[in-house]
This record gives sequence, structure tokens and C-alpha cells, in this order.
Amino acid sequence: MSQADLLDPAPVFQLKGSMLAITVLELAYNDLARLDHQLSEKVAQAPNFFQNTPLVLALDKLQPGAQGLDLRALLAICRRHGLRTLAIRASLAEHIAAAQALDLPVLPPSSARERPIAPSTTAATPTPARKPEKPAEPAVRPTRVVSVPVRGGQQIYAPGGDLLVLAPVSAGAELLADGNIHVYAPMRGRALAGIKGNSQARIFCRMLAAELISIAGRYKVAEDLRRDPNWGEAVHIHLAGDVLNITRL
Amino acid sequence: MAKILVVTSGKGGVGKTTTSAAIGTGLALRGHKTVVVDFDVGLRNLDLIMGCERRVVYDFVNVIQGDATLGQALIKDKRLENLYVLAASQTRDKDALSAEGVGRVMDELRESFEYIICDSPAGIEKGAHLAMYFADEAVVVTNPEVSSVRDSDRMLGLLASKSRRAENGEEPIKEHLLLTRYSPDRVNKGEMLGVEDVEEILAIRLLGVIPESQSVLKASNQGIPVILDEQSDAGQAYSDAVERLLGKETPHRFLDVHKKGFLQRLFGGRE
Repeated sequence: MSQADLLDPAPVFQLKGSMLAITVLELAYNDLARLDHQLSEKVAQAPNFFQNTPLVLALDKLQPGAQGLDLRALLAICRRHGLRTLAIRASLAEHIAAAQALDLPVLPPSSARERPIAPSTTAATPTPARKPEKPAEPAVRPTRVVSVPVRGGQQIYAPGGDLLVLAPVSAGAELLADGNIHVYAPMRGRALAGIKGNSQARIFCRMLAAELISIAGRYKVAEDLRRDPNWGEAVHIHLAGDVLNITRL
Repeated sequence: MAKILVVTSGKGGVGKTTTSAAIGTGLALRGHKTVVVDFDVGLRNLDLIMGCERRVVYDFVNVIQGDATLGQALIKDKRLENLYVLAASQTRDKDALSAEGVGRVMDELRESFEYIICDSPAGIEKGAHLAMYFADEAVVVTNPEVSSVRDSDRMLGLLASKSRRAENGEEPIKEHLLLTRYSPDRVNKGEMLGVEDVEEILAIRLLGVIPESQSVLKASNQGIPVILDEQSDAGQAYSDAVERLLGKETPHRFLDVHKKGFLQRLFGGRE
């Protein structure tokens, strides 16, 4: 590689922080024979769980007074049962030194509360810890998009998410969404956002000419809306406390 | 390929039957073999407007129920070679229509006609539903006033969701707006909605604007479709609409106030 290539400023890597769900094995007693025995019972219950499962070995919950822990033998037992130790978590200097001797990273002792995982007994069911590279994300409901006019008498509901309308909404039509409502055309019908009580929901429309606007049950009818200086304008409606605020976009 | 065209509105009295008769006649005048079918079972009117009421023997319901063949029930127009009428029954009600029966008659008509014009009854119930169910195109007749516009809007919603094309997930029905009984004078006075207002609310293509005209009533009473009255503004406006339906672009007429001459103003001539 030439010198010029090395000076190319385009980054070849990126550092990122990420939260991973990971299995932690907390050792309570320094009794490797019993550990070996009990682990093989667990493996028999859920063989799928113990297949190259990344693991953090926690030694900070060991009973005080447990002396002479053989870290190398402990790692070998875990390895034999399909658990791949990534790091240890320890507070005792003795353990930290042992880990460093094995070139194993050391994590600080846990302060957060952890949830004990019971590996499921049915082999087919994947447990969350099996794919630690994918953190559990909240399920995202896709936005419902409507691109044809919504006529009087029609009702459109976007359960669990947002509703986006690209065509006029006629008088007598009803738009319902658990999330936000966007109308990029004249809005002459009814728009009810956050109908399951989400007071953070908002309504956006290109031209406010609605019969009724409601967010989380707080509503205004056309008679009130008409008096608003923003009637007929492009607006953004949100709930501030108990009051529906209409602001021009 | 035969085309089924429904003339509908939701609201009554806006000019559906007048429009069905005019458009059917206009298409036949231009050489297309056309049949106009009256779906207003129990309130039969189309035969009167088309001037064939004295020749009705069998009707639409007879054909659906198998009491007569289509050949027996079709009434040939006396003026035009290509024009036929299928009258509604006066002694029955809309329950005599069935989706299956109407579908069978439509299929049979498709074989021998280019255009099938379905004259829908008012309302959104069974008769109106079956009139539009099989349609390929729709002419939505609207008067320039708010209640008519609202009913047309509702009808457009049904066309988009309750038709055969919608249920089969096919290309949607092609919608056309026909504004009837339009009076530019009253629009200027603010007593009537303007063309732009109606177009903006309904957001569909404008097929034509038919001016309010004495000639429409006269034509109805005489049983001569108004489109045959070439002297009248309404007749000319219907001709333009038929041209546009056939894909020709023509400018919209009769949208502006007719200027009265000096003498007319002096003596207050009739509008």
C-alpha cells in the first residue's frame, strides 16, 4: 500500500455504542464439580440454549470466603457446555489478576438489577439471549397511507399507529388513529387522533376546514374551529394540558 | 368492448334521468349502439323522458325473473337507429332486483351494445347500489348546492368501495362530474355554489356544466331528450359533455352570465 492510500481521509471504521442482551452466569459457590453437574442438567433441559452462547461470568456475587478459584478450569467447564465467556465481572483483586493473566476483559461489578433467565424447556422456542447481537426493539406499526379521496360516510382507522392522507377528506368522513394524523390536502371531515388516550398525538393538515378535531378525547367542533384565526390555514394541532392548541405551520 | 356507465347522484331530483336520456341519445347520435336501462323500479320515469311510454310491454324485472327475453323487453327508439330502452317495472319495488339477475342481464347486454347507460334511482339503497355495482364509468350528477354536493360525495365513496371493480381489486370506476341546473347569475349573487367550489370539494374531473334552462322541462314533457333540441343551451351543453365522454377536449361553455342587451334590460326580457 502506498503512502497516498494511507493518508486517504475517508474513515475506514466507525465506533458505536450498543446495548446488548446477554446471558450472565453468576457464580454463588466455588464448587466446580457441582457447577459441572448442574450445568449438564440445564443443557439436557434446553440444548438449543447452550450453543455457543455468549456469556459474562460474574464472580462478584461469590460467597465471601471462597478461596482459590481456578478460573481456567471454570472457563473450561463453561466452554464444554456451550457457553463462550466474553468477559468476567469481578471486584476481588485476585479474580481480576487471574482474568488479566488469561487476557480476558474485566467488567465492573453490577449495580443494576438483573432478571434471572430460565432457559425454556422446549427446545424449539428461541430465548432472547440466543441472539445477543439483536437487541429487542419495540414493534413498530407501519403508518397507514391513504392516497385516494376520503368521502363522506367513510371511516378510516389506523390502529396502533399514524394515519397519513394525501387526498382531500370530505365532510362526513372520519379519520381515526391511535397515533398522529396527517392530511396533506383540505381536511373537511372529522379527525380523531390518539383515540386510546395518547395525549402526545398530534394532527397536521394542509387546510383546516374540519367538522371536528379531537386528541385523546379533547375535542373542538366546527363552530369553535371557525372562530379560530387559523381556520382554512395549514395547521398543527396538539394538546397542552387540557387545551387543544392550533398553530399555523 | 362494451362500457357500462352509471348515472347517479345520491340525491333525488337533480337530473339523473334527464342526463341518462340525453347521454344515451347523444352516444347513439354519434353512431354508438346504446341502451339506457331504468333501475328506478317502482318509480318508472325514463320511458316518459325518452318518449316510449306507450310501447312498454315487458320490463327489466320480467327479464331478471325470466318471464321475458331481453329481445322482447328492449324498446327500440323511433328516432334513432342505435338507441334502445329497457324500462323499469312500475308495479314492483327494488327488492325485485337481485345482484345475480342484474349481472346476467348486464352480461347479455354487453354482447350486443357498445354503451349501457344505467339510470340509477336516488338514495344509496339496493336499487342505487345495483345500478352502480357493475359500472366501468360513472357520471355523478350534482346541483350547485351543498346538500347535493354532500350526497354526491357520499356516492363517490360508495363507487370507490362497494362496486364490483372495488371488490375485485380492479382498476377503479372512472368518475365524471356533471353539474346540472347551473345558473351563473345566481352564482354571481352568491346564492349558488360556483363550478370551482364544487370541483374543489368533490375533486373529480368535470364532464360538463348544464345550465338551468326552460328547454329541459319542455323536453321532458314532450318526451324528447333535451340533447335533440340543438337550439337550447342545455342541449348544446349535453352535446359537449358527450364529446368529452368520448375523449374529445372541448372548452366548457355557459359558465358566464349572459349579458342582456339594452332593449332587453329596458323591457326586462325573459331569461
